[in-house]
Amino acid sequence: MSKAASQQSPRDPALGVAALLPPNPDPLLNQTITPELIRKHGLLPDEFELICKSLGRQPTLTETGIFSVMWSEHCSYKNSRSLLKGFPTEKKGETKDYGRVLVKAGEENAGIIDVGDGWAVAFKIESHNHPSAIEPFEGAATGVGGIIRDIFTMGARPVLLTNSLRFGELSSPATKRLLRGVVAGIAHYGNCVGVPTVGGDVYFDASYEGNPLVNALCLGVLRHDQIRLGKATGVGNPVFYVGAATGRDGLGGAAFASRELSEASAADRPAVQKGDPFMEKLLIEACLEMMAVPGLVVGIQDMGAAGLTCSTCETASRGGAGIEIELDQVPQRETGMNSYEIMLSESQERMLVIVKKGREKEIEAIFEKWDLHASNVGTVTDTGRMVVKQHGITVADIPANVLTDQAPLYKREAKEGEWAINARKWTPAALPDLDAKGVEAALSALIASPTISSKRWIYRQYDNMVQHGTAVGPGSDAAVVRLRLGDAEKFIAISNDCNGRYCALNPKRGALIAMVECLRNLACSGAKALAMTDNLNFGNPYKPENFYQLSECIQGLAEACRFFDVPVVGGNVSLYNESPAGSIDPTPTVSIVGLIEDEKHITRQTVSTSGSRLILLGGAPHELGGSQYLGLCHGIKAGDAPEVDLNAESLLQTFLLTQIKAGRVIAAHDISEGGLMVTVTEMLFTPEVGAPNALTLGAALDLSSLSASRLDALLFGESQARAVIAVSSVVEKELLSLAASVGLPATTIGEVNASGVLSLAKGSIKTQWNVAALRTGWETTIENAMRRPGLN
Amino acid sequence: MKVAVLQFPGSNCDQDAFHLFASGLKVNTKYVWHKETSLGDADLVVVPGGFSYGDYLRCGAIARFSPVMKAVQAFSQQGGVVYGICNGFQILCEAGLLPGALIRNSSLEYRCITCALKVETSTASFNPNFLGASVKLPIGHGEGNFRIDEAGLARLEANKQVLLRYENNPNGSLSDIAGIRSEAGNVFGMMPHPDRAFERFHPSMDGLKVATAVLATKFPELLKHTA
Repeated sequence: MSKAASQQSPRDPALGVAALLPPNPDPLLNQTITPELIRKHGLLPDEFELICKSLGRQPTLTETGIFSVMWSEHCSYKNSRSLLKGFPTEKKGETKDYGRVLVKAGEENAGIIDVGDGWAVAFKIESHNHPSAIEPFEGAATGVGGIIRDIFTMGARPVLLTNSLRFGELSSPATKRLLRGVVAGIAHYGNCVGVPTVGGDVYFDASYEGNPLVNALCLGVLRHDQIRLGKATGVGNPVFYVGAATGRDGLGGAAFASRELSEASAADRPAVQKGDPFMEKLLIEACLEMMAVPGLVVGIQDMGAAGLTCSTCETASRGGAGIEIELDQVPQRETGMNSYEIMLSESQERMLVIVKKGREKEIEAIFEKWDLHASNVGTVTDTGRMVVKQHGITVADIPANVLTDQAPLYKREAKEGEWAINARKWTPAALPDLDAKGVEAALSALIASPTISSKRWIYRQYDNMVQHGTAVGPGSDAAVVRLRLGDAEKFIAISNDCNGRYCALNPKRGALIAMVECLRNLACSGAKALAMTDNLNFGNPYKPENFYQLSECIQGLAEACRFFDVPVVGGNVSLYNESPAGSIDPTPTVSIVGLIEDEKHITRQTVSTSGSRLILLGGAPHELGGSQYLGLCHGIKAGDAPEVDLNAESLLQTFLLTQIKAGRVIAAHDISEGGLMVTVTEMLFTPEVGAPNALTLGAALDLSSLSASRLDALLFGESQARAVIAVSSVVEKELLSLAASVGLPATTIGEVNASGVLSLAKGSIKTQWNVAALRTGWETTIENAMRRPGLN
Repeated sequence: MKVAVLQFPGSNCDQDAFHLFASGLKVNTKYVWHKETSLGDADLVVVPGGFSYGDYLRCGAIARFSPVMKAVQAFSQQGGVVYGICNGFQILCEAGLLPGALIRNSSLEYRCITCALKVETSTASFNPNFLGASVKLPIGHGEGNFRIDEAGLARLEANKQVLLRYENNPNGSLSDIAGIRSEAGNVFGMMPHPDRAFERFHPSMDGLKVATAVLATKFPELLKHTA
């Protein structure tokens, strides 16, 4: 028992705080905080010093636990916050205000963007990488549950989910286990809760072996007057705990997420939470019903990472108030839980609600209707402190803003790694160019490679149609969803993008590409970008090469945000993504939401009839660096990431959108992984509705008019600022001259036909493919890898 | 013409079913909460899709005991028209209003795809004359694998109780069965979702015809309008 804690002490007037807490009868809670305990909590000795200084005494064990989660990277962004300040907070030019950001990044659980006519959308992406690595099903499921709570806590009804997944090579048994578990977990949660999973992106690369990435995004809809904030205000207002009871699961999950994965990580399994989507469904409905009652809810926040701890101190800090809670009132799943366990539990499906005093009965009645508990656990105070009691004894007494705003900020050493510097020096000079046979084999291999192939095996396990708003589902450049806004409706598009390989070779360019590709996907779908959310997945920031990547990627994203006037409305930072084999490729996943003005503008990536002309927009490429072709056909992960020209991107995207709106575009597909040939091939894969005997399209391509130094770069290079569109022969000439008038390179490269054959001519090189065979390879790669004997 | 859409706490296609009838067919439609014991003056009761009470146990196994299902039982015994979609179909089977049972898909995975369905000749409205030889409707379920004993199947076929069959079986259902009706002809159940096939941007708009076919059981005049 520590000397300090063993003495009863009155408040120390000099410090203005309860200098010492009363002794706790539980010897476990009363133990002295040793350097060993500090280390086990992931706190640095300097951080512990700072804690003692802020408190004017040594913390109790419960308080040490509270600090360890609140000052973890996951909650405090202590290693990334200084860099995140690089994101623009205002528009370039005269009018600084974006005019559409209703709740900004970092202010609340999710940002909110105006979509017009008094309506808005709340959206955010968040990672659940570490839990998914240890326990893929529950890890992914609770990732979905957590992000949904972040959205409805803002007052919004969740209307769509997307996810961004990264795994090791598909051939590895570990990847198959993780992929199966993660997909089943996402399906289990999203399907039951009734929010459609409408899109996502999936890459397979050895760098993610043992440390998969599972980033989940949710978007919700609300009227401006329905926005609710996570603020505790009004002294004397009661604090309610609603939803599931607290158990010992997920103890210290936020701190766990802020460590490297190791062989011993399986022992952390208790840090992974268990999800109950039915409970979440009840919570969504009960909370939205409660929030719809005027003046009833003062503030609301979900209990996600760091559970009860985070929700109490954050609401108090945002409201400039204090909160006092009594843990005996917290519904508990197990007997004998101590204050440390209750405060650090990350049991799922729980919310903290601050209710207007005197109206307790109203909230109790609503929760009664949904057969849920609503328990009055405390009150809002004017002390600015988070005070926690158990059995009447104070176990924690901490200034709320110290926990939320005063975690130390670090700027780590940044130095580019040798690997990237050397890899960028690679040139294709020593690589023989392709002949006709090589071209044929390369496309057949690329289209069936796990990263490029159809993700149908994955998304058919997600309910992607519930709420009947899905206009363009998974498998297109962007998903398009109709929002019901009272009696009116609007269509929004959403896309996720990030090529980690580019980011590994050239972090800043890679991040710029993630942004421009995402914007290009939206433009191809007929949408104008509104705002973005990002999920920064990186390795251990204490390694200078990792911190360099983080710093460069953020600069890249910020530059593109400024250039395109796309505000960032929130996101998530996930560091320590390492496995025993090393750090992951840096993966700053970008998700952008766009608005489609008119339903008629919705554009798909597939052609449905023969006779259309295929036009390449953007120049002929000369780059091979970082391409899927190099990786797959030559086993090379090297060269520089493709060049980025923001002006060229802007020109292309403006043209795409203008032509789509003018009704001249039948289909549009952006050029990305696999290059021009993969893009054209995918455009021929019209979705089958029902019967498997759909029309098999073909196309005749002639690229002779395109000048390129290398055939492989022309066909499979991944140069940016390019797309292929299909137009009718009637508007072809007009469209080409319109492109010429704005200075955008545009070339007719072929025509869609009903032959079932894709043929290619480039000078003397001639080759062809059976489209049905390409399609079979594309559609069955993941399915075959994941097939279980005896099941169909 | 009045439609009642049941709402269990875990229903999540309740709004889809509501809009199919209210927006798609412009029929007077209301919700009925699972704790209610009366269905009011409904002409058609729709049991929508979702996860009624979480369905961690067998799908629909708890729902059949809910207060509102007692009212549905009584309603159907008096000849009232009841229509279960997806989870609603599972609940009606559990409640004994329809024969057979729905077990896990043979793939052991959830399936959300659009299916082509062969229309069987079953009633005055459920037949190829009214619906066409084939309809396209989305499915979204993990437990849609229809099972029934041999005698039960023979009875279904002899009485022409099968409404729809999958052209490309997605879940292992016996005899490709996707939807059935009761012997008396007033209770309908199907795994496919007409409530996801009634707007311009949906995979098809066949849901309108299918829902009309159900309504036409009580209102035969509808057959003339649409045919």
